[in-house]
Amino acid sequence: MCHPRYNHAVFDTLSQKLARTVQNLRGKGRISDDNIAETLRELRMALIEADVALPVIKTFIDGVRVKAQGAEVATSLTPGQVFVSILHRELVELMGGPQAGFELRAQPPYVVLLAGLQGAGKTTTAAKLARWLIESRRKRVLLVSTDVRRPAAILQLQRLAEQVGAGFHPAEAGGDPVAIAAAALEAARQGVYDVLIVDTAGRLHIDESLMDEARAIDRAVAAHERLFVVDAMAGQDALQSARAFGAALDLTGIILTKADGDSRGGAALSVRQVTGKPIVFLGVGEKSDALQPFDPERMAGRILGMGDVVALVEQVQGKVDAAEAERLAKKVVAGERFDLYDLRGQLQQLQGMGGLGALMDKLPAQMARGAMPADQGDAQLRRQVAIINSMTHRERRRPEIIDGSRRRRIAAGSGTQVQDVNRLLKQFVEMQRMMKSMKGGKMRRMLGALKGGMPPGGMPPGGLPPGFGGR
Amino acid sequence: MPSDAPTGFFQRLRAAFSRGGETLSAGLGAVLGGRKIDAAALEELETRLLQADCGVTVTEELIEGLRKRVARQQLGDVDALLAALREDITALLTPVAQPLVIDRAHQPFTILVVGVNGSGKTTTIGKLAQRYGADGLKVVLAAGDTFRAAAVEQIGVWATRTGAELVAQATGADPAAVAFDALQSARARGADLLIADTAGRLQAQTHLMEELRKVRRVLGKVDPSAPQEVLLVIDATQGQNALAQAQQFHAAVGVTGLVLTKLDGTARGGIVLAIARQLKLPIRFVGLGEQAGDFAEFDAAAFARALVDGPAV
Repeated sequence: MCHPRYNHAVFDTLSQKLARTVQNLRGKGRISDDNIAETLRELRMALIEADVALPVIKTFIDGVRVKAQGAEVATSLTPGQVFVSILHRELVELMGGPQAGFELRAQPPYVVLLAGLQGAGKTTTAAKLARWLIESRRKRVLLVSTDVRRPAAILQLQRLAEQVGAGFHPAEAGGDPVAIAAAALEAARQGVYDVLIVDTAGRLHIDESLMDEARAIDRAVAAHERLFVVDAMAGQDALQSARAFGAALDLTGIILTKADGDSRGGAALSVRQVTGKPIVFLGVGEKSDALQPFDPERMAGRILGMGDVVALVEQVQGKVDAAEAERLAKKVVAGERFDLYDLRGQLQQLQGMGGLGALMDKLPAQMARGAMPADQGDAQLRRQVAIINSMTHRERRRPEIIDGSRRRRIAAGSGTQVQDVNRLLKQFVEMQRMMKSMKGGKMRRMLGALKGGMPPGGMPPGGLPPGFGGR
Repeated sequence: MPSDAPTGFFQRLRAAFSRGGETLSAGLGAVLGGRKIDAAALEELETRLLQADCGVTVTEELIEGLRKRVARQQLGDVDALLAALREDITALLTPVAQPLVIDRAHQPFTILVVGVNGSGKTTTIGKLAQRYGADGLKVVLAAGDTFRAAAVEQIGVWATRTGAELVAQATGADPAAVAFDALQSARARGADLLIADTAGRLQAQTHLMEELRKVRRVLGKVDPSAPQEVLLVIDATQGQNALAQAQQFHAAVGVTGLVLTKLDGTARGGIVLAIARQLKLPIRFVGLGEQAGDFAEFDAAAFARALVDGPAV
């Protein structure tokens, strides 16, 4: 697939710089102002690029600095690891916190009001929420639109209501939004609905009369949930709008929409911080079932541009066969030849971690998109191991003896093409050259990273060799 | 926002911005308190540019440029500093402030309107229809968003309001087929202008970007030079992702112009500076509200002034 590659500069910068900082920190026993100052600057830039509002960034960084200051570094960890985990934990804490209701404990009908700027995705969200309540909570849901201004907005919700199997309270375009909402509540009572979802017109937070109208609608229906619907791609202004909506409506929660794109979604943090209300759901697509409960861990990784790198590191460290890595390192350092047995060992370790699919799930979306599809990578991994399995002991030890007829036999034996065997051998030779060049200190350093740190650049340690798997 | 508000681009932008209260220069004088320009002053300005969504790269370049002139003692006080910033932003935007020219040689001239979900494509189409209809052009609208519920009806309302004709198929129809029909039909009706809507899509959705390429290709089958304009609609309330939008929509369908919508709120739309710097795509119009008349041609100097000065001091 050749689609235009998105400029990965932002992500690259952060992960590389963090990795470098982590390297710099390695071997120092305690986190200090000096050794994290540069990281904090990088972090600020990264958060700006992720669209986290500046005042929120300041608060966040101050918090991280205080927590990281003088943190003890356990012997098994590096200061870099400790810092990254503090960073991550802090972000998760800020975005998680008390999780939202939808307890639906009140006397039915339970009333949910959706509000937000134009184009945030309120109407689509209303339908998704209705479907979620119908399917996972077995509720009878009535939908009503009070958007009497945008052409065909009411009709849009009506169509969506039909699609998701919710009831719909009709209204006239140009009618009074407050009266429509009040009538819908009455209809919900009459019709014994469990939940009434009130969609509202998009409005600017500085439009006083429309903000008054939103308040009036809220009063008319005595909403139990007032949810602020905000676009994951929102910029710095998300702070202003969230503040204004929060002040006007006493919000109970937030829904972050269009989170299936490649935005870093920093608005989530801004909005969470300024309203103090939990993010309840993420909209992750245009279909009516594309609604996910919010996961602060994932969101933290995304804002940091790290994917779930923290979990990835843990997984890799847990699964890598330390003894095998040590053996290989000793071998290379001693100047012994790297052979196809060694290569097979590396490939099998990758498979042991659940294959590339499992690893790529945890990479930042921007980065994973640059790689080949994971299932292709995994298939290739299996093929490569099969090719090596079809070789004789002598071939594995001394690959240079593999001539044309051996190549044909190996291809036939492993159910691959001769070109596949050629490619593997070519990559092997490149890797062997790389290993040779690493003889000495460099390899030892790489293994140091493997045993106790974030791998440089987020690469799985143990070395996914160049040209193999997901590249 | 009433459509009989001040008519000039600058007045309207300023009126819009001032309602937000906080602008780039608001309070800057107080913060700097008549001191000489120092590092703190530049830092304050930097913060404000970042808060306008200008992004790290553009902000650093602008501030660096100012810093050099401060070092050479070319800028004596805060007024000179702000004037220099206005000039720099204007210089960055002037090359891209190119109005859309409808070449009447094309019968019809075709505008394909693209963008992410909720950016304001359909409203923009209504405004374009209003503008060019008022100029005496015969306008046809193509209801190319066949995905979203009631999108066809939404653009239909705009057609009725503006006196434009509408070519539509049912929701769920193939958008490329709608585009094809629309262009053929617009041609047969002797229309001057065809404005084709498309469904909103996030640029990361590769299959939907592929669909958009197909719409473009199909238009080219009816008229090899169509579409004459591919307008990307960008929401000013969005942050740094708007640059990725511009990059990827451009890569997919060759964007020839931008419309910056929702500038009537407190968002500054500073991301267009980054887009102008990197992609140099012409900026055609700005959207300033929900009514058909809340629309103006983009003006670099006015935008720079509105960004830096905000309300009259």
